[in-house]
Amino acid sequence: MSPRYPHRRPVGEMAPDVETFAFTPENLEKAREIIARYPEGRQASAVLPLLHLAQAQHGGWLPRAALDHVADLLGMPRIQVYEVGTFYDMFNLEPVGRIQVRVCTTTPCWLCGSDEVLRACRDVLGIEPGESTPDGRFFLREFECLGACANAPVMWIDDDYYEDLDYERARRVLEAIARGERPRPGPQSGRRASEPAGGKTTLLFADGEE
Amino acid sequence: MLRDRDRIFTNLYGEQPWNLAAARRRGDWDGTRDLILKGREWLVQQIKDSGLRGRGGAGFPTGLKWSFMPKKSDGGPVYLVVNADESEPGTCKDREILRHEPHKLLEGIVLAGAAMGCTHCYIYVRGEFVREAQVLEAAVREAYEAGLIGRDACGSGYDIEVVVHRGAGAYICGEETGLLESLEGKKGQPRLKPPFPAQVGLYGRPTTVNNVETIAVVPAILRRGADWFASLGRPNNTGTKIFCISGHVNRPCTVEEEMGIPLRELIEKHAGGVRDGWDNLLAVIPGGSSVPLIPKSVCDTVRMDFDALREVGSGLGTAGVIVMDRSTDIVRAIARLSRFYMHESCGQCTPCREGTGWLWRMMERLARGEAEIEEIDQLWDVTKQIEGHTICALGDAAAWPVQGLIRHFRDELERRIRARKSRRAA
Repeated sequence: MSPRYPHRRPVGEMAPDVETFAFTPENLEKAREIIARYPEGRQASAVLPLLHLAQAQHGGWLPRAALDHVADLLGMPRIQVYEVGTFYDMFNLEPVGRIQVRVCTTTPCWLCGSDEVLRACRDVLGIEPGESTPDGRFFLREFECLGACANAPVMWIDDDYYEDLDYERARRVLEAIARGERPRPGPQSGRRASEPAGGKTTLLFADGEE
Repeated sequence: MLRDRDRIFTNLYGEQPWNLAAARRRGDWDGTRDLILKGREWLVQQIKDSGLRGRGGAGFPTGLKWSFMPKKSDGGPVYLVVNADESEPGTCKDREILRHEPHKLLEGIVLAGAAMGCTHCYIYVRGEFVREAQVLEAAVREAYEAGLIGRDACGSGYDIEVVVHRGAGAYICGEETGLLESLEGKKGQPRLKPPFPAQVGLYGRPTTVNNVETIAVVPAILRRGADWFASLGRPNNTGTKIFCISGHVNRPCTVEEEMGIPLRELIEKHAGGVRDGWDNLLAVIPGGSSVPLIPKSVCDTVRMDFDALREVGSGLGTAGVIVMDRSTDIVRAIARLSRFYMHESCGQCTPCREGTGWLWRMMERLARGEAEIEEIDQLWDVTKQIEGHTICALGDAAAWPVQGLIRHFRDELERRIRARKSRRAA
């Protein structure tokens, strides 16, 4: 049972709840490498990176056994790891769909049409924010400012940002992912990063200056 | 307009690779050793003379902050912590540095570290920036392999270890002591000050926390001279600045400009102007969501720097410029920010934990007009009960956008209440 949510049974493709959890040998090696980045006696500093690692290993959510494993590995009181696990937004403490779709709806994205992005998510995935699809494949949620406001509205799927969205573009991205493809991340408008659409206004070095 | 040759971030848009070879071609890591060897006093003095003020929001003079660090080593570790937890709504500048100019940041770390006698540097990157952190980590590996960081950095005899640390989704970790708590493996709940981090910071050791952009401009200042940097902008508001322009403009973008550029020029020159023209402008939030909005009448003439924006009752903050045209439901726009602060309050101080929820609920009702006229003043009163009554500035940040709304759009709030009343009467 996770600390924040009542026990919820995983469905479909969701990772199951487990009685015991341990890092795979490769991840254990990675974990030791991470722990070594922090001073002797300050291993607790590795808690966030290790929880990220555990969540990735366990299909996108952290059963209590994983929190306990990280606590034991770092010599931390388990309650402190539960506190951390419940404090930070990126950790899921109940079973969720493996593909995580987060739509930024904070004001800059909202001004540029994040409602339309959410509508595309509802239409393609058939679920509301906070829900996973019945097959356990997708998890949809709203997220607070993702820090890509000049490319609003933005959607964050697994590790990648999809930017400059509207209803159609969001729909295309989601449908491609549903087909098992990996659409090119970044601005879906064709522009480069956060340069002004239609061409740069700076860094032209027009008068031959370096 | 700033000349291209005065721009620091020449790869802002990632047209060239981020890697070391390309960074060297852009002029990074050039003569770093000689700069380090000029010594702590010289380095700190240069930054003081440049007039650089922190780019993370508060605008505290960077050289002065550095001078608070202990001058003599006691043999223990001293920390530089780079705040890359960029999460202020409207702000997306550090992201470009992390993914397109990571070597400017790393060189800045070596120079800033040498100026303060730091033995270690942690770069705290917001958890959502997965790809950005990967680029940064690769750049760190390159810099280690080239002997630019680590033992005997740049062959100068100075040692500094650099570690990239990822957060996990908490706005409050952008507050410097919340960040330190998080880095120590705890909830990111801010600490009471004093003691200040320069005395008691990470692991109880002397620590300076600086924003990404602040550190990344340091090499350019030291190479080109404090005078050069100070010649840009105006006194007390010097240098270049990365602005992020989002919302209702024709061509939203991130751009490096001279500090003090008029807001209208910034929007019209770089962001293609306000949708349907300048006269269609309603209001701008000029410095990230935490600063009060300014109405069009102020936008017409205001300059984008710390002092000019303070004079009009707002602030430069992070220079995240959120533009709203006349089609905007301004009450909803601010109500959404209230929801943001409610979600991000760490829960430590009662006025903020409870007050941000009050603000959001009252704002939601005002957005629908479901209120009495007197409640506008009650709402103002609630903001005043939060502002200044919390450990960190998140309480203030939650209060100010609402205050800005009431100050400039009271008519709109009253109109909605009256409209709803007359609809119900009918």
